[in-house]
Amino acid sequence: MTTSIIIWIIQLLLVPALSPLLVGITRKIKAKLQNRQGASCFQPYRDLWKLFHKNEVMSEDASVIFRFAPYVVFAVTLAIAAGIPLLSSIPIFTGDFLTLIYMLALGTFFLALSGIDTGGAFSGFGSSREMLVASLTEAGLVLSLFALALAAKSTNMGDMATTVSGLSSIAYLPIALAFISFFISLLAESARYPFDNPSTHLELTMIHEAMILEYSGKRLAMMEWASANKYLIFAFLGANLFFPWGLAGTLAPFAIIGSIILSFIKASILAVIVAVIEGSFAKWRLFRLPKLLAGSFILSLIAILLII
Amino acid sequence: MNNFILSPLGFLLVLALYLIGALDSLVFYKNDRAAAVSSGVFATLGGITGLILSSAILLTGQTISFNFLNLPLFNIAFNIDRLSAFFMAIISLVATVSSIYSLGYVKHYFGKYNIGTLGFFYNAFIAGLIMVVTSSNALFFLIAWELMSVASYFLVVYERHEEKNIRAGTLYFIMTHVGTACIMLAFFLLYRATGSFDFSAMRAGAGAITPALANAVFILALLGFGTKAGIIPLHIWLPAAHPAAPSHVSALMSGVMIKTGIYMFVRIFIGIMPFTPLWWGIVFLLIGASSSVLGVLYALAEHDIKKLLAYHSIENIGIILLGFGASLSFISLGHPILATTALVASLYHTINHAVFKALLFLGAGTVVSATHTRNIEKYGGLWKYMPKTAFFFLIGSMAISALPPFNGFVSEWLTMQALFGGIATGTFGLKLFFGLMAGALALTGGLAAACFVKAFGITFLARPRSPEIKQVKEASFSERLGMGILALTALLLGLSAGPFSRLLGEVVQNLKNAPLEKMTALSLPISISLSMFAVFVGLVISLIVTYIFVRIFSGQQKVSHGRTWDCGTDLGPRMEITATGFSRSIITVFKKVLQPTRETATAYCDDKRCYFPKESTVHLELHDVYDSLIYRPFGSLLALISEQTRKIQSGHINAYALYIFITLIGLLFYIAR
Repeated sequence: MTTSIIIWIIQLLLVPALSPLLVGITRKIKAKLQNRQGASCFQPYRDLWKLFHKNEVMSEDASVIFRFAPYVVFAVTLAIAAGIPLLSSIPIFTGDFLTLIYMLALGTFFLALSGIDTGGAFSGFGSSREMLVASLTEAGLVLSLFALALAAKSTNMGDMATTVSGLSSIAYLPIALAFISFFISLLAESARYPFDNPSTHLELTMIHEAMILEYSGKRLAMMEWASANKYLIFAFLGANLFFPWGLAGTLAPFAIIGSIILSFIKASILAVIVAVIEGSFAKWRLFRLPKLLAGSFILSLIAILLII
Repeated sequence: MNNFILSPLGFLLVLALYLIGALDSLVFYKNDRAAAVSSGVFATLGGITGLILSSAILLTGQTISFNFLNLPLFNIAFNIDRLSAFFMAIISLVATVSSIYSLGYVKHYFGKYNIGTLGFFYNAFIAGLIMVVTSSNALFFLIAWELMSVASYFLVVYERHEEKNIRAGTLYFIMTHVGTACIMLAFFLLYRATGSFDFSAMRAGAGAITPALANAVFILALLGFGTKAGIIPLHIWLPAAHPAAPSHVSALMSGVMIKTGIYMFVRIFIGIMPFTPLWWGIVFLLIGASSSVLGVLYALAEHDIKKLLAYHSIENIGIILLGFGASLSFISLGHPILATTALVASLYHTINHAVFKALLFLGAGTVVSATHTRNIEKYGGLWKYMPKTAFFFLIGSMAISALPPFNGFVSEWLTMQALFGGIATGTFGLKLFFGLMAGALALTGGLAAACFVKAFGITFLARPRSPEIKQVKEASFSERLGMGILALTALLLGLSAGPFSRLLGEVVQNLKNAPLEKMTALSLPISISLSMFAVFVGLVISLIVTYIFVRIFSGQQKVSHGRTWDCGTDLGPRMEITATGFSRSIITVFKKVLQPTRETATAYCDDKRCYFPKESTVHLELHDVYDSLIYRPFGSLLALISEQTRKIQSGHINAYALYIFITLIGLLFYIAR
């Protein structure tokens, strides 16, 4: 119990500390692929710092929801971050994977409400698209993680990581299939290509950026930061649940530091893949996305059927 | 005190309070205010007494059983075991809250409609509901069922000046009686096999039920109780009738009345039936999946706030049936622990849905009576005018969207885990099937969240979309009290997930002749654990940490207020996103299922050339597939048969004498055979 609480607190603080870096790395690689120099990997930290010190303009039409939503959205990412296998594969009391998915929905719910709240002509459509993508992603995400739970005979992510690291290469094959399904969900949930363009400011195509269009100052900083946290959480989940080798099984200080570094390297590799996808694909039409998400669902269903 | 509560007298007191409430309303027929107060107060008292009685039974496990008027076949017999007490607790809880709410709510009917009749049918309706879940004689059950149905019919047509309500009432009346006919047949078949109308005697004599008879009873009961529960495609009356009734009655109908169908499903298929073929479970799972997904999709397309909530009732009945169907399948597959888990999930969702749906209907009632319209496109910005109602509605929306830490999350989580159990233990085909069911549940959860972002956002956020909104006042104290109690219950039922599911485990334990096994996390094929306390504390700590972060990082900056970015034009109310616009993309994705019809019309300033459009309207509507594919063909078939049989009705007396003669000859041959 005590170890669980210690891990919980460290992870709660660690994820927001690292998340802007992962966004910076992704942007840097994307810039390189586009033959640009690109900003430093640490630029997102400076952006956040600057936003936190800017004056804020708030819409007259906005209600309490608009003011309160950034806190909820950010806090939800922290609560989720605290429960994932990051420092070690020791099961944590909030580490049930279904709880994680439902908590994500809590954040999405408030994010979408804040988009409607200002009564702008664009932000509401962002909310509508976000809810479309989020609701269609859920089935694939649930089943892709359940494939691991089925192999582990437990829905706690710590146990899932431990089991996957001990699988033989043949037993691992369906897990690889589930990973592809998970990766599609990762792209959808963290607002990446081909679902959303994280760097666009063309109102007609964007999803996440459209919802937070009216935010400024510290609340915008919180929204951006929360979105970075979510991206890092998904990258860590992908890295440590599907490729859990090297994750510490105990709480020895060196093992923990090792698993943090290794986890971040693995997450960065995923970020490179994301950046390569963003460099080589165009964003898809909104109504092509359901097919991709249905593909994710079917892949994880096949993975489940193949697990013995 | 304890002895009195747990005695037949305590139960009769509950019924007597509703009876007094009903009769009192008639006595004060001429005085609206007195009728409203007396019917509301007595119904509240009845609700509280019922809640105490049923919780005492739930906690002690004592059964109250008594009867009078012992005629052959028929007697007025009550048997209140833990299952009955559980449903009685749900009814009493929602009845208490709705009655408190009604004290303030019915004021807007004063002078327009008679409050005395409303109070009479309201109390009679609740008494009927209580008797339905407590009676132990099938014939007496039918009388109680009829009391419930007829009283609720009169409540549906209560606002009789609107023609739409009368039509909704007629449809409800017909559908519910078609259902009752099926129920009667099912009971008669059971009587034929077991020789008794008493439920416990039926259970004792269940050995005589043959598989063929059991299947016949299954189909009849499924049709009969399924009509009341509102499963698709027997649901057509529900979205018409529930919104037509006054909102505190809608809360009871949607939150409680449709659950009586679930109660009888549990009572008959798990309590009485000696065996359970696998296909029963599969049928229930299929019905559950289709009702939940279609229910939420129709809700998304709906812009009448009460109709939207009614479609969500269909969705939630679907989720309950997913749990129930899984439980039946596990019984037949021989996994008693999983069967218990699934049944607990289904009952947990039953009470959860009653709580948050009642809360949402009460909130919607306040909004409708303040704005005089049910069309959510006319709302907007209501948070500023009725913040407390908005807050309670937000809690209801979060609970129904299964967001932690509220109650809907716990039961959907448990249902999902039960379906996972099916994937983990089944054969290849069953694995695939349960996988699809889990996918349907996940999809439903996501779409429900989308729908409530729409319902809450369009109603309470952004700018008012019509000028009437600016005159809206906050709800009265009794209305807020009613909603507040339910909002708190939604949170408490979420946080007390552990103790409450153990209590439900006790409820279902002795239902079956061979007792279901106790549920323990370790004995499940996949170990699961959920600490709602940890989730709640985790969320609170995260919020505090967030606040500290913001304090550390942000400097002393000013917050100024400005207009929403308007692209250089004037932002009118029509430029906000509408409910139609919000759900449009989802409807387009599911257009194969929903079959939307779209009409666009554009009026031009220059009629001949059509260069400068003046205004353009889009009308989006869903094609009623059930009407055109099921009910109309069925209706015309019925008409065709009637048309054909009419040919033998010549009107000549000698022809009829011939018919009698032929029948007699036929019977003679049949007997002499």
